[in-house]
Amino acid sequence: MLALTRGIMPTGLAALAGLQAVPLPGSPAAAAPTFDLHLPWQLLGALGPDLLLVVGAIGLMVWAAWRPESAGHQRRVGELSLWLVVATAAAVLAYAARHLTAEPGVIAVDAFRWAADLIFLVATFATIALSMDYNAREGITSGESHVLVLFATSGMMLLAAARDLMLVFLGIELMSIAVYVLAGLNRRSARSAEAALKYFLLGAFSTGFLLYGIALLYGATGSTTLTEIGDRIHQYGLGAAPLITVGLALLLVGFAFKVAAAPFHMWAPDVYEGAPTPITGYMAAAVKAAAFAAFIRIWVEAFPEVVYHWHNAIWFLAVLTMFVGNIVALVQRNIKRLLAYSSIAQAGYVLVAVVSGTTLGASAFLFYLAAYTLATMGAFAVVVALGDRGETNLDIDEYAGLWTTQPWLALAMSVCMLALLGFPVFGGLGFLAKWYMIQAALQAQYLGQPTPQVMLAVMIVLTSVISAGYYLRLVTIMFMRPRHPDRTTAALAVRPGALTESVVVVSVVLLLALGLVPAYLVNWSARSVPAITQRPVYVLPSAGSGTP
Amino acid sequence: MVAESLFFSAVLFAVGVIGVLTRRNAIIIFMCVELMLNAVNLSFIAFSRLYGFAGQVFVIFVMTVAAAEAAVGLAIIIAIFRHRQTVNMTAINLLKG
Repeated sequence: MLALTRGIMPTGLAALAGLQAVPLPGSPAAAAPTFDLHLPWQLLGALGPDLLLVVGAIGLMVWAAWRPESAGHQRRVGELSLWLVVATAAAVLAYAARHLTAEPGVIAVDAFRWAADLIFLVATFATIALSMDYNAREGITSGESHVLVLFATSGMMLLAAARDLMLVFLGIELMSIAVYVLAGLNRRSARSAEAALKYFLLGAFSTGFLLYGIALLYGATGSTTLTEIGDRIHQYGLGAAPLITVGLALLLVGFAFKVAAAPFHMWAPDVYEGAPTPITGYMAAAVKAAAFAAFIRIWVEAFPEVVYHWHNAIWFLAVLTMFVGNIVALVQRNIKRLLAYSSIAQAGYVLVAVVSGTTLGASAFLFYLAAYTLATMGAFAVVVALGDRGETNLDIDEYAGLWTTQPWLALAMSVCMLALLGFPVFGGLGFLAKWYMIQAALQAQYLGQPTPQVMLAVMIVLTSVISAGYYLRLVTIMFMRPRHPDRTTAALAVRPGALTESVVVVSVVLLLALGLVPAYLVNWSARSVPAITQRPVYVLPSAGSGTP
Repeated sequence: MVAESLFFSAVLFAVGVIGVLTRRNAIIIFMCVELMLNAVNLSFIAFSRLYGFAGQVFVIFVMTVAAAEAAVGLAIIIAIFRHRQTVNMTAINLLKG
């Protein structure tokens, strides 16, 4: 199989094959600087980009509250927030380029963290840029809204770095509490307030499960650090201990709520519909990505030994999520609800990477998230561009005849839909992401034993066919259906703000360009696996026995 | 002693979950969520008798986060009350489909 894939995509999978025996060309050399996380200053150093973002956001929050609210102030705070995101991304890139490492401790310093951080920061940049135009249109004058996005992002970066269940909890809460507020940002809208209330109550409810799971795992192993939990389960043979099983089940329920996996997805469509559109995009892309990043790290680092307890559970969760998300999306009329169900379905595909649980699974996860984030932010940017004040034109019939009024927006939306569908060439990166995910499912292994997830690969393909029913329907509505005479064309003729336009253009161009030249991104995601997946238990078996 | 505390904590947690699932008043649902968090705190305290003070440190973290969550949550409940003059979840149904 590797010989076959090497022909199609030479660099990335050759690099993956290289994982078996020798360190990757880009992986940390022995001489790379290592953080000793027991020393306070070194711990602060390991958290450098996160601290830059948090301190900057606190400063911005003070400045945002200092001046009276006005549209101009909102925009200035937004601009500074964008610069802060760029600075943080530069810091992340600088850290990533130095191949830093750390002794096993509460914070991970590895390529997986930096890769996930970059995905969050791209989504954050797009969200703030969209919010600046959206707030101006909706008459939201609070500059704090942008700073709250920054706080949520710092929670996500903590989640990507956390190697301790307590830090996972703190990261999730830092992210969620900011997003509860963001969902209710539009104080004039009863729908926005309702979305915030529902998100808050169900989010807090799921936090309870997550935390109880953490408590029981702490009780079973005496530690909350992922590597120590993994070591103790191995050392004392705790795999079948009831506390571990129940704790894992509770943890799984908590995470399934956060990533909106069926059957814990009921809150998502309501919240996505009521929240301000840029924030909906943020929730669909970044919040979900962050929860998944922590999810995959916990499962891969702490519980490789107890796979048999959680494998079936996540397997069914993935299949159910793929089917429920895609089938219910078929009957949606509201574009935001449609995208909500689409994002539920996409969570199902990402769960396949968690089930696959190998280095290939982790890199497929990052590759998929990169494609999904670009496509989602692009789609929501088009929804923002076409929305009118008060968000009254979200019915998908409003998109009829878009090709005749705003052809470029119609083309951009089509590319995003095709990317989410996984269509070759015109869907750009989306097709390769799905292909990569199917590869990960087919090459899945546990404890060195190849256990190809053929059924899951089949399910991905089957449910993708179902998803064509709604992704392509939107495309046909935009291009082929004439505008209903009763509906005004006023909103469709308005030229969107410059920032919204740039988000649309950049995400679509990146999707198409990276789709044509994927080698760089494939290499990047293949290198960026959690450091711990290279532990002996995860070393892939030698060639021959590893080929299904 | 540890076993009794854990049992009590599990019962409290179950009461909280049942409360969230059956009650319809947003404030009571929120109180039940707090009950769940405090049940977890009790578990942490019980386990800290076995493993040292780390469990008690976690409880401080959880209480801090719960306080922040309460501030945001009550503000959201006030916001919804201003729009709808009710905090009954069965009446709060603009979003559905």
